[in-house]
Amino acid sequence: MALSTMRFTVRTERLTTIGGYIAGFALLFLIWHLAATYLVKSTLFPPPGPVLARGWMLIEDGILQEQIVASLKRIAQGFLLGSAIGIPIGLAIGSFKPVRWMLEPWTEFFRFIPAVAMITVSVIWFGIGEESKVFLIAYTTIFVVIISTAAGVGAVGRDKIRAAQCLGANRWQVFGLVALPATVPYILTGMRLAMSNAFVTIVAAELIASNDGLGKMLWDARLFMQIEDIFVALVALGMLGFATDRSFRFLIRAFAGRFNATV
Amino acid sequence: MGFVTQGADVALVSLQGVGKTFSGRTGAWEAVRDFSLDLAEGEFFCLLGTSGCGKTTVLNMVAGFEAPTAGAILLDGAPVEGPGADRGVVFQGHDSLYDWLTALDNIGFGLRLRGLGKAERRAKAEHFLRMVGLNGQGAKHPSELSGGMKQRIQIARALANDPRMLLMDEPFGALDAMTRAVLQGELSRIWAETKKTVLFITHDIEEACALATRIGVMRRGPGGDAQGHCTG
Repeated sequence: MALSTMRFTVRTERLTTIGGYIAGFALLFLIWHLAATYLVKSTLFPPPGPVLARGWMLIEDGILQEQIVASLKRIAQGFLLGSAIGIPIGLAIGSFKPVRWMLEPWTEFFRFIPAVAMITVSVIWFGIGEESKVFLIAYTTIFVVIISTAAGVGAVGRDKIRAAQCLGANRWQVFGLVALPATVPYILTGMRLAMSNAFVTIVAAELIASNDGLGKMLWDARLFMQIEDIFVALVALGMLGFATDRSFRFLIRAFAGRFNATV
Repeated sequence: MGFVTQGADVALVSLQGVGKTFSGRTGAWEAVRDFSLDLAEGEFFCLLGTSGCGKTTVLNMVAGFEAPTAGAILLDGAPVEGPGADRGVVFQGHDSLYDWLTALDNIGFGLRLRGLGKAERRAKAEHFLRMVGLNGQGAKHPSELSGGMKQRIQIARALANDPRMLLMDEPFGALDAMTRAVLQGELSRIWAETKKTVLFITHDIEEACALATRIGVMRRGPGGDAQGHCTG
Protein backbone atom coordinates (compact mmCIF):
# COMPACT_ATOMS: atom_id res chain seq x y z
CA MET A 1 0.00 0.00 0.00
CA ALA A 2 2.77 2.35 1.01
CA LEU A 3 4.56 1.67 -2.25
CA SER A 4 1.54 2.40 -4.42
CA THR A 5 0.95 5.62 -2.50
CA MET A 6 4.56 6.56 -3.12
CA ARG A 7 4.24 5.86 -6.83
CA PHE A 8 1.09 7.91 -6.90
CA THR A 9 2.85 10.82 -5.20
CA VAL A 10 5.74 10.65 -7.66
CA ARG A 11 3.34 10.62 -10.58
CA THR A 12 1.29 13.55 -9.25
CA GLU A 13 4.51 15.43 -8.63
CA ARG A 14 5.59 14.85 -12.21
CA LEU A 15 2.20 15.96 -13.52
CA THR A 16 2.38 19.07 -11.36
CA THR A 17 5.82 19.87 -12.74
CA ILE A 18 4.70 19.43 -16.34
CA GLY A 19 1.57 21.44 -15.59
CA GLY A 20 3.81 24.16 -14.16
CA TYR A 21 5.90 24.22 -17.34
CA ILE A 22 2.81 24.54 -19.52
CA ALA A 23 1.36 27.31 -17.35
CA GLY A 24 4.69 29.11 -17.28
CA PHE A 25 5.09 29.06 -21.04
CA ALA A 26 1.43 30.04 -21.55
CA LEU A 27 2.01 33.08 -19.33
CA LEU A 28 5.19 33.98 -21.21
CA PHE A 29 3.38 33.81 -24.55
CA LEU A 30 0.47 35.80 -23.14
CA ILE A 31 2.77 38.60 -21.94
CA TRP A 32 4.54 38.52 -25.29
CA HIS A 33 1.20 38.78 -27.07
CA LEU A 34 0.01 41.67 -24.89
CA ALA A 35 3.30 43.52 -25.20
CA ALA A 36 3.46 43.14 -28.96
CA THR A 37 -0.19 43.90 -29.68
CA TYR A 38 -0.93 46.70 -27.22
CA LEU A 39 2.38 48.19 -26.12
CA VAL A 40 4.95 48.12 -28.89
CA LYS A 41 2.63 47.92 -31.91
CA SER A 42 5.50 47.59 -34.35
CA THR A 43 6.11 45.25 -37.28
CA LEU A 44 9.56 44.75 -35.79
CA PHE A 45 8.06 42.94 -32.78
CA PRO A 46 5.53 40.38 -34.10
CA PRO A 47 3.07 38.79 -31.64
CA PRO A 48 3.35 35.05 -30.99
CA GLY A 49 0.45 34.11 -33.32
CA PRO A 50 2.14 34.95 -36.65
CA VAL A 51 5.51 33.68 -35.37
CA LEU A 52 4.09 30.29 -34.45
CA ALA A 53 2.22 30.17 -37.77
CA ARG A 54 5.44 30.91 -39.62
CA GLY A 55 7.24 28.29 -37.54
CA TRP A 56 4.63 25.72 -38.43
CA MET A 57 5.02 26.58 -42.12
CA LEU A 58 8.79 26.10 -41.88
CA ILE A 59 8.25 22.78 -40.14
CA GLU A 60 5.88 21.61 -42.88
CA ASP A 61 8.46 22.55 -45.48
CA GLY A 62 11.07 20.66 -43.47
CA ILE A 63 13.31 23.73 -43.27
CA LEU A 64 13.22 24.34 -39.53
CA GLN A 65 14.05 20.72 -38.68
CA GLU A 66 17.00 20.88 -41.03
CA GLN A 67 18.46 23.90 -39.23
CA ILE A 68 17.80 22.40 -35.81
CA VAL A 69 19.43 19.10 -36.75
CA ALA A 70 22.43 20.91 -38.23
CA SER A 71 22.98 22.92 -35.03
CA LEU A 72 22.28 20.03 -32.66
CA LYS A 73 24.68 17.75 -34.51
CA ARG A 74 27.51 20.24 -34.10
CA ILE A 75 26.66 20.77 -30.44
CA ALA A 76 26.55 17.02 -29.78
CA GLN A 77 29.85 16.32 -31.54
CA GLY A 78 31.75 19.21 -30.01
CA PHE A 79 30.22 18.63 -26.59
CA LEU A 80 31.13 14.94 -26.53
CA LEU A 81 34.62 15.64 -27.84
CA GLY A 82 35.14 18.41 -25.29
CA SER A 83 33.88 16.26 -22.42
CA ALA A 84 36.01 13.30 -23.53
CA ILE A 85 39.10 15.52 -23.39
CA GLY A 86 38.08 17.59 -20.35
CA ILE A 87 37.12 14.78 -17.94
CA PRO A 88 40.48 12.95 -17.93
CA ILE A 89 42.40 16.22 -17.70
CA GLY A 90 40.19 17.35 -14.81
CA LEU A 91 40.72 14.01 -13.05
CA ALA A 92 44.48 14.31 -13.51
CA ILE A 93 44.54 17.89 -12.23
CA GLY A 94 42.45 16.91 -9.21
CA SER A 95 44.52 13.82 -8.43
CA PHE A 96 48.13 14.80 -8.95
CA LYS A 97 49.65 17.97 -7.53
CA PRO A 98 52.38 18.37 -10.21
CA VAL A 99 49.74 18.12 -12.94
CA ARG A 100 47.71 20.75 -11.14
CA TRP A 101 50.69 23.10 -10.91
CA MET A 102 51.42 22.65 -14.59
CA LEU A 103 47.97 22.65 -16.13
CA GLU A 104 45.99 24.97 -13.88
CA PRO A 105 47.56 28.12 -15.39
CA TRP A 106 46.48 26.82 -18.81
CA THR A 107 42.86 26.41 -17.80
CA GLU A 108 42.89 29.73 -15.96
CA PHE A 109 44.33 31.35 -19.10
CA PHE A 110 42.10 29.79 -21.73
CA ARG A 111 38.83 30.04 -19.89
CA PHE A 112 39.06 33.82 -20.13
CA ILE A 113 39.37 33.65 -23.89
CA PRO A 114 35.74 33.06 -24.88
CA ALA A 115 34.95 30.69 -27.72
CA VAL A 116 33.37 33.59 -29.59
CA ALA A 117 36.77 35.29 -29.69
CA MET A 118 38.21 32.13 -31.21
CA ILE A 119 35.81 32.07 -34.18
CA THR A 120 38.20 33.88 -36.50
CA VAL A 121 41.12 31.62 -35.63
CA SER A 122 38.97 28.55 -35.93
CA VAL A 123 37.73 29.50 -39.41
CA ILE A 124 41.31 30.21 -40.54
CA TRP A 125 42.42 26.85 -39.20
CA PHE A 126 39.51 24.60 -40.05
CA GLY A 127 37.64 26.44 -42.80
CA ILE A 128 33.98 27.17 -42.95
CA GLY A 129 32.94 23.48 -42.71
CA GLU A 130 31.83 21.40 -39.73
CA GLU A 131 35.27 21.17 -38.14
CA SER A 132 35.46 24.83 -37.13
CA LYS A 133 32.11 24.68 -35.34
CA VAL A 134 32.86 21.37 -33.63
CA PHE A 135 36.20 22.81 -32.53
CA LEU A 136 34.54 25.87 -31.02
CA ILE A 137 31.95 23.82 -29.13
CA ALA A 138 34.66 21.47 -27.87
CA TYR A 139 36.74 24.47 -26.84
CA THR A 140 33.92 26.04 -24.87
CA THR A 141 33.10 22.70 -23.23
CA ILE A 142 36.57 21.58 -22.18
CA PHE A 143 37.44 24.21 -19.60
CA VAL A 144 34.15 24.17 -17.73
CA VAL A 145 34.32 20.38 -17.53
CA ILE A 146 37.96 20.42 -16.42
CA ILE A 147 37.37 22.90 -13.62
CA SER A 148 34.27 21.16 -12.34
CA THR A 149 35.84 17.69 -12.51
CA ALA A 150 39.01 18.82 -10.73
CA ALA A 151 36.91 20.47 -8.01
CA GLY A 152 34.97 17.20 -7.64
CA VAL A 153 38.12 15.14 -7.14
CA GLY A 154 39.30 17.62 -4.53
CA ALA A 155 35.99 17.35 -2.69
CA VAL A 156 36.09 13.57 -2.12
CA GLY A 157 35.81 13.08 1.63
CA ARG A 158 39.00 12.03 3.43
CA ASP A 159 37.20 9.27 5.32
CA LYS A 160 35.91 7.73 2.09
CA ILE A 161 39.47 7.28 0.89
CA ARG A 162 40.74 6.12 4.28
CA ALA A 163 37.91 3.60 4.56
CA ALA A 164 38.91 2.08 1.23
CA GLN A 165 42.57 1.99 2.26
CA CYS A 166 41.84 0.09 5.45
CA LEU A 167 39.65 -2.32 3.51
CA GLY A 168 42.73 -3.13 1.47
CA ALA A 169 42.43 -0.86 -1.58
CA ASN A 170 45.56 0.03 -3.52
CA ARG A 171 46.10 3.41 -5.19
CA TRP A 172 44.29 2.47 -8.38
CA GLN A 173 41.36 0.92 -6.58
CA VAL A 174 41.00 4.07 -4.49
CA PHE A 175 40.95 6.09 -7.69
CA GLY A 176 38.66 3.84 -9.76
CA LEU A 177 36.24 2.68 -7.08
CA VAL A 178 36.09 5.73 -4.78
CA ALA A 179 37.42 8.98 -6.25
CA LEU A 180 35.93 8.47 -9.70
CA PRO A 181 32.36 7.56 -8.71
CA ALA A 182 32.38 10.24 -6.01
CA THR A 183 33.27 12.78 -8.70
CA VAL A 184 30.51 11.78 -11.14
CA PRO A 185 27.95 14.34 -9.88
CA TYR A 186 30.53 17.12 -10.31
CA ILE A 187 31.39 15.95 -13.82
CA LEU A 188 27.73 15.88 -14.80
CA THR A 189 27.15 19.34 -13.32
CA GLY A 190 30.12 20.66 -15.28
CA MET A 191 28.75 19.10 -18.46
CA ARG A 192 25.40 20.69 -17.83
CA LEU A 193 27.00 24.14 -17.51
CA ALA A 194 29.08 23.46 -20.61
CA MET A 195 25.96 22.59 -22.54
CA SER A 196 24.50 26.06 -22.03
CA ASN A 197 27.82 27.57 -23.16
CA ALA A 198 27.65 25.37 -26.24
CA PHE A 199 24.31 26.92 -27.23
CA VAL A 200 25.74 30.42 -26.95
CA THR A 201 28.76 29.47 -28.98
CA ILE A 202 26.99 27.62 -31.78
CA VAL A 203 24.75 30.58 -32.60
CA ALA A 204 27.68 32.98 -32.71
CA ALA A 205 29.74 30.60 -34.84
CA GLU A 206 26.91 29.96 -37.30
CA LEU A 207 26.14 33.66 -37.54
CA ILE A 208 29.64 34.28 -38.83
CA ALA A 209 30.63 31.14 -40.65
CA SER A 210 28.07 28.60 -41.73
CA ASN A 211 25.80 27.38 -44.50
CA ASP A 212 23.03 26.11 -42.24
CA GLY A 213 21.90 25.90 -38.63
CA LEU A 214 19.82 28.17 -36.43
CA GLY A 215 22.50 30.88 -36.31
CA LYS A 216 22.62 30.98 -40.09
CA MET A 217 18.82 31.14 -40.13
CA LEU A 218 18.98 34.21 -37.87
CA TRP A 219 21.53 35.83 -40.15
CA ASP A 220 19.58 35.17 -43.35
CA ALA A 221 16.37 36.43 -41.78
CA ARG A 222 18.18 39.61 -40.82
CA LEU A 223 19.47 40.09 -44.37
CA PHE A 224 16.02 39.66 -45.87
CA MET A 225 14.17 41.40 -43.05
CA GLN A 226 12.04 38.31 -42.36
CA ILE A 227 11.22 39.37 -38.83
CA GLU A 228 9.04 36.32 -38.11
CA ASP A 229 11.86 33.97 -39.09
CA ILE A 230 14.13 35.66 -36.58
CA PHE A 231 11.61 35.03 -33.83
CA VAL A 232 11.06 31.43 -34.98
CA ALA A 233 14.80 30.84 -34.64
CA LEU A 234 14.87 32.48 -31.20
CA VAL A 235 11.93 30.45 -29.92
CA ALA A 236 13.47 27.28 -31.36
CA LEU A 237 16.77 28.01 -29.57
CA GLY A 238 15.01 28.61 -26.28
CA MET A 239 12.94 25.47 -26.59
CA LEU A 240 15.93 23.34 -27.57
CA GLY A 241 18.06 24.65 -24.75
CA PHE A 242 15.25 24.10 -22.28
CA ALA A 243 14.63 20.55 -23.50
CA THR A 244 18.33 19.69 -23.46
CA ASP A 245 18.84 21.06 -19.97
CA ARG A 246 15.79 19.24 -18.61
CA SER A 247 16.94 15.95 -20.15
CA PHE A 248 20.36 16.52 -18.64
CA ARG A 249 18.89 17.20 -15.25
CA PHE A 250 16.75 14.11 -15.57
CA LEU A 251 19.85 12.04 -16.41
CA ILE A 252 21.77 13.51 -13.48
CA ARG A 253 18.89 12.67 -11.16
CA ALA A 254 18.57 9.16 -12.55
CA PHE A 255 22.28 8.40 -12.29
CA ALA A 256 23.34 10.50 -9.37
CA GLY A 257 20.19 11.26 -7.38
CA ARG A 258 21.40 9.05 -4.60
CA PHE A 259 24.64 11.01 -4.28
CA ASN A 260 23.01 13.72 -2.16
CA ALA A 261 24.38 16.18 -4.66
CA THR A 262 22.32 19.28 -5.28
CA VAL A 263 21.42 19.30 -8.93
CA MET B 1 51.95 6.32 30.20
CA GLY B 2 51.51 2.63 29.68
CA PHE B 3 48.82 -0.01 29.56
CA VAL B 4 50.97 -3.07 29.18
CA THR B 5 48.90 -6.19 29.54
CA GLN B 6 50.00 -8.54 32.27
CA GLY B 7 49.88 -12.23 31.54
CA ALA B 8 49.42 -11.91 27.79
CA ASP B 9 51.98 -14.06 26.00
CA VAL B 10 52.16 -12.10 22.79
CA ALA B 11 50.42 -8.81 22.17
CA LEU B 12 48.43 -8.46 18.96
CA VAL B 13 49.19 -4.77 18.88
CA SER B 14 51.98 -3.12 20.70
CA LEU B 15 52.53 0.62 20.94
CA GLN B 16 55.94 1.36 22.35
CA GLY B 17 56.73 4.85 23.53
CA VAL B 18 54.76 6.34 20.68
CA GLY B 19 54.74 10.09 20.13
CA LYS B 20 53.26 12.32 17.52
CA THR B 21 54.16 15.92 16.82
CA PHE B 22 52.36 17.76 14.07
CA SER B 23 54.18 20.54 12.34
CA GLY B 24 51.98 23.21 10.88
CA ARG B 25 52.24 26.79 9.78
CA THR B 26 51.63 27.96 13.33
CA GLY B 27 54.44 25.82 14.68
CA ALA B 28 54.82 22.32 16.07
CA TRP B 29 52.07 20.75 18.15
CA GLU B 30 52.70 17.71 20.26
CA ALA B 31 49.53 15.60 20.30
CA VAL B 32 50.85 12.41 21.89
CA ARG B 33 53.94 11.78 24.00
CA ASP B 34 55.45 8.50 25.17
CA PHE B 35 52.34 6.38 24.75
CA SER B 36 52.63 2.64 25.36
CA LEU B 37 49.89 0.04 25.07
CA ASP B 38 49.68 -3.70 24.50
CA LEU B 39 46.45 -5.21 23.21
CA ALA B 40 45.92 -8.93 23.57
CA GLU B 41 43.95 -10.99 21.08
CA GLY B 42 40.21 -10.88 21.76
CA GLU B 43 40.11 -7.98 24.16
CA PHE B 44 37.77 -5.01 23.94
CA PHE B 45 39.87 -2.04 24.95
CA CYS B 46 38.31 1.36 25.50
CA LEU B 47 40.58 4.36 25.35
CA LEU B 48 38.76 6.98 27.37
CA GLY B 49 39.61 10.64 27.33
CA THR B 50 38.43 14.20 26.93
CA SER B 51 38.28 15.70 23.49
CA GLY B 52 41.59 17.02 22.26
CA CYS B 53 43.68 14.67 24.42
CA GLY B 54 45.10 12.87 21.40
CA LYS B 55 43.13 9.62 21.49
CA THR B 56 42.02 9.90 17.87
CA THR B 57 45.64 10.52 16.91
CA VAL B 58 46.55 7.25 18.63
CA LEU B 59 43.86 5.42 16.63
CA ASN B 60 44.96 7.06 13.37
CA MET B 61 48.50 5.90 14.00
CA VAL B 62 47.42 2.32 14.70
CA ALA B 63 45.27 2.44 11.54
CA GLY B 64 48.28 3.67 9.61
CA PHE B 65 46.69 6.92 8.47
CA GLU B 66 49.40 8.84 10.28
CA ALA B 67 52.95 7.83 11.07
CA PRO B 68 54.27 8.27 14.63
CA THR B 69 57.13 10.72 15.04
CA ALA B 70 58.55 8.73 17.94
CA GLY B 71 58.41 5.15 19.15
CA ALA B 72 57.07 2.12 17.30
CA ILE B 73 53.74 0.40 16.60
CA LEU B 74 53.84 -3.34 16.04
CA LEU B 75 51.06 -5.56 14.74
CA ASP B 76 51.80 -9.27 15.19
CA GLY B 77 55.37 -8.21 15.81
CA ALA B 78 55.76 -6.36 12.50
CA PRO B 79 55.88 -2.57 12.30
CA VAL B 80 52.74 -0.85 10.97
CA GLU B 81 53.36 0.87 7.67
CA GLY B 82 50.29 2.56 6.29
CA PRO B 83 46.67 1.40 6.38
CA GLY B 84 45.81 -2.21 5.59
CA ALA B 85 43.00 -4.73 5.46
CA ASP B 86 44.13 -6.30 8.76
CA ARG B 87 42.81 -3.30 10.70
CA GLY B 88 39.15 -2.46 10.05
CA VAL B 89 38.16 1.09 10.95
CA VAL B 90 34.73 2.37 11.96
CA PHE B 91 34.70 6.14 11.57
CA GLN B 92 32.91 8.66 13.75
CA GLY B 93 30.96 10.26 10.92
CA HIS B 94 29.16 8.33 8.23
CA ASP B 95 30.89 10.21 5.38
CA SER B 96 33.00 7.14 4.88
CA LEU B 97 30.11 5.18 3.35
CA TYR B 98 29.83 5.11 -0.43
CA ASP B 99 26.65 6.95 -1.42
CA TRP B 100 26.55 5.40 -4.88
CA LEU B 101 26.49 1.85 -3.55
CA THR B 102 23.67 0.01 -1.80
CA ALA B 103 24.04 -0.95 1.84
CA LEU B 104 24.87 -4.49 0.73
CA ASP B 105 27.51 -3.35 -1.77
CA ASN B 106 29.03 -1.09 0.88
CA ILE B 107 29.37 -4.09 3.18
CA GLY B 108 30.85 -6.17 0.36
CA PHE B 109 33.29 -3.46 -0.74
CA GLY B 110 36.35 -5.01 0.89
CA LEU B 111 35.47 -8.41 -0.57
CA ARG B 112 35.21 -6.83 -4.00
CA LEU B 113 38.70 -5.38 -3.57
CA ARG B 114 39.95 -8.89 -2.94
CA GLY B 115 38.30 -10.11 -6.14
CA LEU B 116 35.65 -12.33 -4.60
CA GLY B 117 32.87 -13.49 -6.95
CA LYS B 118 29.52 -11.75 -6.94
CA ALA B 119 27.52 -14.62 -5.43
CA GLU B 120 30.01 -15.27 -2.65
CA ARG B 121 30.28 -11.56 -1.92
CA ARG B 122 26.55 -11.22 -1.71
CA ALA B 123 26.14 -14.20 0.60
CA LYS B 124 28.83 -12.88 2.96
CA ALA B 125 27.45 -9.35 2.91
CA GLU B 126 23.95 -10.68 3.66
CA HIS B 127 25.37 -12.56 6.64
CA PHE B 128 26.88 -9.40 8.12
CA LEU B 129 23.81 -7.36 7.25
CA ARG B 130 21.81 -9.76 9.41
CA MET B 131 24.45 -9.64 12.12
CA VAL B 132 24.04 -5.87 12.51
CA GLY B 133 20.26 -6.25 12.49
CA LEU B 134 19.49 -4.68 9.12
CA ASN B 135 17.94 -7.71 7.47
CA GLY B 136 15.98 -6.65 4.40
CA GLN B 137 17.54 -3.16 4.17
CA GLY B 138 20.38 -4.22 1.88
CA ALA B 139 19.02 -2.61 -1.28
CA LYS B 140 18.85 0.86 0.25
CA HIS B 141 21.42 3.55 -0.35
CA PRO B 142 23.12 5.35 2.55
CA SER B 143 21.06 8.50 1.91
CA GLU B 144 17.94 6.45 2.72
CA LEU B 145 19.27 5.22 6.06
CA SER B 146 19.24 6.84 9.50
CA GLY B 147 22.41 7.78 11.37
CA GLY B 148 22.26 4.67 13.54
CA MET B 149 21.71 2.42 10.53
CA LYS B 150 24.69 3.95 8.77
CA GLN B 151 26.93 3.15 11.72
CA ARG B 152 25.61 -0.43 11.65
CA ILE B 153 26.57 -0.60 7.97
CA GLN B 154 30.06 0.69 8.81
CA ILE B 155 30.47 -2.00 11.47
CA ALA B 156 29.25 -4.68 9.06
CA ARG B 157 31.58 -3.41 6.34
CA ALA B 158 34.58 -3.60 8.63
CA LEU B 159 33.64 -7.06 9.94
CA ALA B 160 32.88 -8.51 6.50
CA ASN B 161 36.51 -7.93 5.57
CA ASP B 162 37.52 -10.20 8.49
CA PRO B 163 40.29 -7.96 9.88
CA ARG B 164 42.64 -8.93 12.71
CA MET B 165 41.18 -6.12 14.77
CA LEU B 166 38.60 -3.32 14.78
CA LEU B 167 39.46 0.32 15.37
CA MET B 168 36.44 2.38 16.36
CA ASP B 169 36.71 6.15 16.65
CA GLU B 170 33.75 7.35 18.74
CA PRO B 171 31.42 5.50 16.36
CA PHE B 172 28.30 6.41 18.34
CA GLY B 173 29.31 9.96 19.21
CA ALA B 174 26.93 11.62 16.76
CA LEU B 175 23.88 9.51 17.65
CA ASP B 176 21.01 10.33 19.99
CA ALA B 177 21.09 8.76 23.46
CA MET B 178 18.50 6.04 22.76
CA THR B 179 20.04 4.91 19.49
CA ARG B 180 23.46 4.94 21.13
CA ALA B 181 22.28 2.68 23.95
CA VAL B 182 20.75 0.23 21.48
CA LEU B 183 23.89 0.15 19.34
CA GLN B 184 26.11 -0.35 22.40
CA GLY B 185 24.04 -3.44 23.24
CA GLU B 186 24.30 -4.68 19.67
CA LEU B 187 28.06 -4.11 19.59
CA SER B 188 28.47 -6.12 22.81
CA ARG B 189 26.52 -8.96 21.26
CA ILE B 190 28.52 -8.81 18.02
CA TRP B 191 31.78 -8.72 19.92
CA ALA B 192 30.70 -11.78 21.92
CA GLU B 193 29.88 -13.53 18.63
CA THR B 194 33.04 -12.62 16.73
CA LYS B 195 35.61 -12.15 19.53
CA LYS B 196 37.38 -9.53 17.47
CA THR B 197 40.03 -7.46 19.17
CA VAL B 198 38.68 -3.93 19.47
CA LEU B 199 40.31 -0.60 20.14
CA PHE B 200 37.42 1.71 20.93
CA ILE B 201 37.83 5.45 21.38
CA THR B 202 35.29 7.34 23.47
CA HIS B 203 34.88 10.26 25.82
CA ASP B 204 31.81 8.67 27.44
CA ILE B 205 32.63 6.90 30.73
CA GLU B 206 29.37 4.93 30.80
CA GLU B 207 29.93 3.75 27.24
CA ALA B 208 33.42 2.58 28.14
CA CYS B 209 32.14 0.72 31.20
CA ALA B 210 29.33 -0.91 29.22
CA LEU B 211 31.54 -2.19 26.44
CA ALA B 212 35.11 -2.70 27.54
CA THR B 213 36.96 -5.62 29.01
CA ARG B 214 39.69 -3.12 29.83
CA ILE B 215 39.70 0.65 30.00
CA GLY B 216 42.54 3.07 29.63
CA VAL B 217 42.17 6.71 30.58
CA MET B 218 44.06 9.26 28.59
CA ARG B 219 44.48 12.68 30.09
CA ARG B 220 45.36 15.98 28.60
CA GLY B 221 48.25 17.26 30.61
CA PRO B 222 50.01 20.61 30.57
CA GLY B 223 52.25 20.63 27.53
CA GLY B 224 50.67 17.41 26.32
CA ASP B 225 51.91 15.47 29.34
CA ALA B 226 49.45 12.60 29.45
CA GLN B 227 48.90 10.24 32.35
CA GLY B 228 46.76 7.18 32.57
CA HIS B 229 45.72 4.15 34.50
CA CYS B 230 43.79 1.07 33.63
CA THR B 231 41.03 -1.02 35.12
CA GLY B 232 40.00 -4.57 34.33
